[in-house]
Amino acid sequence: MQAPELKAPAFVRSGRSRTQVERWSWIFMRASGVILIVLIFTHLFINLLTGDGVNQIDFAFVAGKWASPLWKVWDLTMLVLAMIHGGNGMRLLINDYARTTWLRKTLKVALATSVTLIIVLGSLVIFTFDPCPEGTDPALLNIELCEDLGRL
Amino acid sequence: MTATAEAPAEIGAVETFEVTLRVKRQNPEGNDAHGPGEEYWEEFQLTCLATDRVLDALHQIKWNVDGTLNFRRSCAHGVCGSDAMRINAKNRLACSTLLKDLNPARPITVEPIAGLPVLKDLIVDMEPFFASYREIMPFLMTTGPTPERERLQSPEDRERFDDTTKCILCAACTTACPVFWTDGQYFGPQAIVGAHRFIFDSRDEGQWERLEILNDRAGVWKCRTAFNCTEACPRGIEVTKAISEVKHALNTGEV
Ligand code: HEM
Ligand code: FES
Repeated sequence: MQAPELKAPAFVRSGRSRTQVERWSWIFMRASGVILIVLIFTHLFINLLTGDGVNQIDFAFVAGKWASPLWKVWDLTMLVLAMIHGGNGMRLLINDYARTTWLRKTLKVALATSVTLIIVLGSLVIFTFDPCPEGTDPALLNIELCEDLGRL
Repeated sequence: MTATAEAPAEIGAVETFEVTLRVKRQNPEGNDAHGPGEEYWEEFQLTCLATDRVLDALHQIKWNVDGTLNFRRSCAHGVCGSDAMRINAKNRLACSTLLKDLNPARPITVEPIAGLPVLKDLIVDMEPFFASYREIMPFLMTTGPTPERERLQSPEDRERFDDTTKCILCAACTTACPVFWTDGQYFGPQAIVGAHRFIFDSRDEGQWERLEILNDRAGVWKCRTAFNCTEACPRGIEVTKAISEVKHALNTGEV
């Protein structure tokens, strides 16, 4: 008796990747997740559970918070981390669901563009923020802060 | 037999009950009512014994009602792994699932396992599944001269991979995995279990080749810790834990 001749398998996985990209992506999702818990829950606690809660949030409140470099750095870190974490998460989902190369490429370009755009716009707002714009109704401003800054 | 028909139930006699089986069917050649490859549900009313398993009910259909029903089975005792199917929306072995444990008051649904191409009725093409298993090289890899006698190892060394030796390649775990459903390129939990069995075997020397294969973008990092595989395994293998141990080995470089 002769052993049956083996045929080449009908299903072959496409393109091997021998890089460490997916491993680092996995580690990043967990590390950023842990940091995001601290950042997001402190953020929610300060904004919603201290002082007047949700009713206190207006232009003056944000101006008061961003007068301190701590909250500027805090919000920037939260913005960048959440966007990269969410963006990378969406990349995983695109890899799962998009079947054709064309669709995968298109969605990833759209994703990268929107992530970059939101990070750039968000950072611009944080760093170019003017707490006391000229000609604004003083009732809307953080009067204490603007007086300290000599703008009112 | 006729003389005892009216008599009270014999001592030790097995009770019977009525059960409805809703089977998902597909015939690549089509039949009178359905086109080629069309999927449809068919209901069968059966009288089953209280001790019957889903496999017995399928046999009853195939042998007494409709001989065209197709399904795989071999050992009928949970050893060979050929009759994994989706029963009441969960992957199980038909031969190891009692009807009475499935609430027979309601129709019991039986479908082919998901994520693999259906060939006919409950039979799927297992080739993509086996291809993944082959890729992780499920055989002992060693260097040096072959010893004259068995390769011994301590009970502790054996314990390290004992759980993953129980796999019967039924595909219940892989076809329960939501990542496998959406991306058929993913190796799937079974291939990782199969690799785990050798990676953590003190006698094997091919662990880094296997780990390198699973470091692929279709490898362990696709796992989202859904635990569907652990829940589906008819052998009770802690599949998700095995996958985590492979990830850990890749992250720490320690086996
Ligand atoms: C409370 C803070 C957060 C924690 C602890 C956290 C944790 C995680 C972890 C561990 C993963 C990886 C899951 C896996 O691969 O198994 C993940 C995935 C993901 N995260 Fe977060 N995350 C947080 C906040 C966010 C935020 C703010 C966003 C959106 C901007 C986001 C969007 C995503 C997406 C889209 C995925 C991919 C889902 C998937 O792989 O199926 N997460 N998250
Ligand atoms: S028939 Fe062998 S495992 Fe069920």
